[in-house]
Amino acid sequence: MKCMFVTVGTTSFDDLIACVSAPDSLQKIESLGYNRLILQIGRGTVVPETFSTESFTLDVYRYKDSLKEDIRKADLVISHAGAGSCLEALEKGKPLVVVINEKLMNSHQLELAKQLHKESHLFYCTCSTLRHCTPAW
Amino acid sequence: MRRFSALMCVLILAAAAGAVAAFLILRIWVVLRSRDFMPRESLSILVVAGSGGHTTEILRLLGSLSNAYSPRHYVIADTDEMSANKINSFELDRADRDPSNMYTKYYIHRIPRSREVRQSWPSTVFTTLHSMWLSFPLIHQVKPDLVLCNGPGTCVPICVSALLLGILGIKKVIIVYVESVCRVETLSLSGKILFHLSDYFIVQWPALKEKYPKSVYLGRIV
Repeated sequence: MKCMFVTVGTTSFDDLIACVSAPDSLQKIESLGYNRLILQIGRGTVVPETFSTESFTLDVYRYKDSLKEDIRKADLVISHAGAGSCLEALEKGKPLVVVINEKLMNSHQLELAKQLHKESHLFYCTCSTLRHCTPAW
Repeated sequence: MRRFSALMCVLILAAAAGAVAAFLILRIWVVLRSRDFMPRESLSILVVAGSGGHTTEILRLLGSLSNAYSPRHYVIADTDEMSANKINSFELDRADRDPSNMYTKYYIHRIPRSREVRQSWPSTVFTTLHSMWLSFPLIHQVKPDLVLCNGPGTCVPICVSALLLGILGIKKVIIVYVESVCRVETLSLSGKILFHLSDYFIVQWPALKEKYPKSVYLGRIV
């Protein structure tokens, strides 16, 4: 049971959530062998409908006291570029794709993502280039 | 004759203003320079928990804090319930892991936020001044031995208030600033301001240590 976990921490990152939950994205995710997609949406205003079919489940929630369980269960973590989220995922040894939110002030998040990428700990991209990040998926 | 005494008044006022200014500058210089820290058995610590990642980072930092740092006073923005929850979980965990921690006290204080995410810069000046007006009484009431912060806007008024406590001769408060692990090449705005006002300025990446040789570099500590 392959599981993908998407997290935006305490922020709002509608572009990412919308991108990942779009019908063609869901199709692609399923075709890559994932049975479960969990979306932690934080303060976002885009709230996809949860659903469950025989072959695929989509879970959506805003916050949990601790994301440790969901990170532990995941085979791939897609995260906003928050330090807390990145560190938690990397500590659990999970493959990590970081998505930069271009709408945030001076995008300092990019610095950390670039550095960790340089040290080969993760891949990073923006919402528009996420779909092309296939090697990571 | 009247013009002469008016002139004298102005001169006297100017001299008085100059003397006050000089005194303040001297006080600031003395307070910023003083590094004579007496060894103590315990230190009361005021921790500034900005929202989201800042709180997560600072709680990670406090993970291995000994009981000598107590009582712990946390300061959060008044609109930030998430941080209050994280702090309560953190303190409960601490007490669970080591029963001797059970009796160390902690408090959560709330002050207005200096700046909301994406707030315009001009309005930020007003909200920051407002925060200062409210953070000084808090600092004055708590009189911590040490203030620990890691970069959210909320920490600037708090640190300036702590500095003011020293300048007014009430208490010298040690200010420790740990720049966020997100900051690899450049300092945050709070970092740039507090670099000059803190007693210990800690960075987590070598590029920053190179740019700011006076900072302390211990590797990644969160």
